[in-house]
Formats: sequence, C-alpha cells, structure tokens
Amino acid sequence: MDCENCHQRLAQIHLTQIVNDSVNTLHLCEECAAEKGVQTGAGVVKFPLGDFIASMGKGAASALPADADVGHCESCESTLQDFREAGRLGCPACYESFSNQLKDLLRKLHGSNQHVGEIYRFDSDEPGNGDQIIELRKQLQRAIEAENFELAAELRDRIRVME
Amino acid sequence: MIDFSLLPDGGISWLDGSGPVSHIVLSTRTRLARNLRDCVFSIRTTERDRRQILDSVLKVSLEVPQLSSGASYEIDNLDQLDRQILHERHLVSKELAVLESMDRPPRHGALITNGDVGVMVNEEDHLRLQVLKSGFDLSRAYAEIERLDTDMGRRLAFAFHPQFGYLTSCPTNAGTGLRASVLVHLPGLVLTKEIAKVLQGLSQVGLTFRGLYGEGSEVVGNFFQLSNQTTLGKSEEELLDQLGKIVQQVVEYEEEARRILQRDAPIVMADKVWRAYGLLRYARSLSFDETMNLLSGVRLGVGLSLIEGVSIYTLNKLLIFTQPGHLVLAEGRELADGDLSYVRADYVRAALEVDAA
Repeated sequence: MDCENCHQRLAQIHLTQIVNDSVNTLHLCEECAAEKGVQTGAGVVKFPLGDFIASMGKGAASALPADADVGHCESCESTLQDFREAGRLGCPACYESFSNQLKDLLRKLHGSNQHVGEIYRFDSDEPGNGDQIIELRKQLQRAIEAENFELAAELRDRIRVME
Repeated sequence: MIDFSLLPDGGISWLDGSGPVSHIVLSTRTRLARNLRDCVFSIRTTERDRRQILDSVLKVSLEVPQLSSGASYEIDNLDQLDRQILHERHLVSKELAVLESMDRPPRHGALITNGDVGVMVNEEDHLRLQVLKSGFDLSRAYAEIERLDTDMGRRLAFAFHPQFGYLTSCPTNAGTGLRASVLVHLPGLVLTKEIAKVLQGLSQVGLTFRGLYGEGSEVVGNFFQLSNQTTLGKSEEELLDQLGKIVQQVVEYEEEARRILQRDAPIVMADKVWRAYGLLRYARSLSFDETMNLLSGVRLGVGLSLIEGVSIYTLNKLLIFTQPGHLVLAEGRELADGDLSYVRADYVRAALEVDAA
C-alpha cells in the first residue's frame, strides 16, 4: 500500500484515529508520519540514550543563562559533559543535581520516571513523607488505569501539597 | 590458580537441567543493581573508596545467611585464565572479567558466591546481586534475590530516591534495578523463520533479547536471553509477571513450531539432528560456533525424542566446558587457536561417549 500523503513510499504506519465518534484510518510512510508528528513504535524501540545524551548538553546549555552552572553536581562535581561522554552518572546526588534532565531521559528510556516498585529505607533512618508520596503515586496510577479520574485528581492534589 | 573446590558445585548447578521446562529453558537469572548511599559511583571512585566498599561488603556477607558459607574471589588476585573461567560460567560479567590483574591502582572488583547466589562488587554499580536457577523459575530466582537484597540492605545503606527508586550509575537500570532474564533455546522458531516476529514483538512490550553472554553478545546456537528492558515505572512483580507470561508464550510457540516441523518434515528433521550428533560424536576439529550450532541440533533431537541416551545436563555442560578457558584448564597448558579446535573435538567426543555407553 502506498503512503496516503506522498503516494511514493510504502505505507508502514497505520494510524487509527477516533474523532467525534467517527473512525478514521491513515496509512503513512515513516517519513510522512514523522512529519505529522506521529509517535511510532519504531521510535520507542530505538535506544534513545545516545541521542538524548548527545542532545542534552546542548539543549540544557541553551535553555539556561550562559553564566548558570548547569551541568555541575554539587556533591561529586560531575558535569553533564562527563555524563554525556561516559554514559554514567558520578554519584547518587547527581540524580537530584540533574533531576530535570533526568526526568526526561528516564521517561524516554523506561516510559515513566516514577518508581513504583519496592520502597527502601535504611533501618536507622526516620520514616519520611517520601514513602507516603510513593504510596499515593501508586494509588494515583491505579486510579488512572481504572479511569477513576475524580479520585486521581484528588490524589494528585494531595501529592502536590506534600511535595 | 583459583580453587574451584570452594564452590560446592563449581557454581554451575543452574546447568543441571533439573528445573521447570528444561527442554527449552536452560536457566533463569535475576540481578539487582545497588549502590551505597554515601559513596560516589564506580566511575568516580578512588582506590581507597573501592577498597572500603569491598571491605564493607565482605564484612556484611559474613553476616548474611545466603552468603556466609560462600567463597569470595578478588579479581585483582586472579590470573587471566581464572577470570575467563568465572566469566564462562556466567559468574562474573565481562566488565569484571576483562580487568587487568596488573591494573594500578587496583580495581578491587570481587565476586562473592555461594552456589547459585552471588554478589559482584565494584562493577558498574557498587553491588550487583545475582541469582541463577536451573530451568524456567522466575519466582524462586526472585524470592532468593529479594531475601538477599533485604539482608544486605539492612546492613548497608543503599542509595534510594522516592521518585527514581534505587539509584544506579547508568539511568537505564534505575528504579527497581532489576533485570530478570531467561535463557531459552529456540531452534524450532529459527527453522520455521518465525523468530524475527517473536523478537520484534518483544520490544513492543518492554522486553529485549541478547545472546548467551548478555549485553553485546551474539546469538549462537539458537540460544536467546530474554529479559526486561525497562526497570522504572513498574513494580518488581509487574516486571516479572510480564516477562514470565511472554516467556511462557514463547515456549508454547517453540513447541508448536517443533510439532509442525515434525509433522511436515520428519525426515529432514531426523536427518538434521542425527547429522549434528554424528559430527559431534566423530569430528576431530570443532570451532566454538560450530559446536554451539551442533549442540543446538542435538538438543532439539533430544527434545523431540529422536535422540535417546544423551542427557540435557551433558549438553548444558558442553556449552560451558567447550569454551576456550575451560579447555585450557582441562588440558593444563596454553593452547594455540588450532589446537583449541582439536582439544574441543576430543572433549566433546569423550563426553558423548560416556552418555552413549
């Protein structure tokens, strides 16, 4: 089947849209789909770390004032440049230092940037409200999955307050 | 020379073919990436940091029931061959195995191991906990690693963040830090050319595949390691459940492919597996890749009940013991590349003769 947009290349993306109760299916080639901003499975499959790390330094640097010390972890002094080159972070605190950039990266890598697994607390530590936030976030995710949006909104507000 | 007698089973009980679905699934592995909260990640550690990390993990390992009677090997003290053997037995990663013993300053990489439970220290992350089980056994592989994680995490303060979960040196492992993988043998899907579809489908559900030796290793002998690709945004149970369901499905596809092959081309199949057996039984020179492919054929023959008198255990052991390091160890001398092929053929012949007798 030819692409419905350019009529030249093979249609590889088959997009079903539901608009106002009418179902519409588009058959597009990869190039035209990308032009139209369609997120394809093929894009998700590709490992984004290299691309992302490559773009991160530039993107972050241009988005912030030139004199801002953007890529610098206070704890270990790693820079975003170091991360870009090695693909490894310097220390646990880097996750806080670069949290804005990492949130995007983690979403690209994992499809999410919120841990919902086991909660860890070292025995001698006092329980903080971090645990509660995690529990609320889990409930929020379940509420969204169950399409219980009223509950989801309430949970989201409670999380905001706690944060 | 490393003292393998310290390892009750040589660290390869996962090969014994005793686990569930062992005619298709060789082994199940779980690993958890953990880092110490108060220390920089491996890439930035000084020699002193690494020594301290190793000392504290060694100390704790004596208090943890699953490791207290185990053995520990400091990679710096092992020669090239020993490290290669640990790697060939899937006990240490390539990252640890390729470290030079003469590295200055020392890397202080180590393996603490007790049967099918182990910890790698000063690898990409400070700790990599791992459990290997025979056959398809995600629940036991996870239960044991979870227990180990709890016991270690009580004594060592791990790096954990409310949003990002367990913090790892590479963000690809953050969150649960869990990688579960199942080593499957899929000759039926390869022969029926269905394998590409199956592998493509994996990526759509957040899974990935690798060769026999994990990341970056090629697929040889129709052995595929299926594992979760993502570690964040899903709970440990969800990750395991999803992998388990998909592996179950892949196993069913493989069985179906084998039934079709048997039904539509029984003579071709019989010819294929017996030729593989014949070559292994009588060849005088075998390369590693050829051996893997022939073992795959014989394994299929055993699975289809065409070949009798060869145990899955023997076939599994041959996968490990025909690798270069193990052959050098068995011969007790350095082997040139050409000699390796001769020695390998001798070794395979001898092993199959024992089974046939």
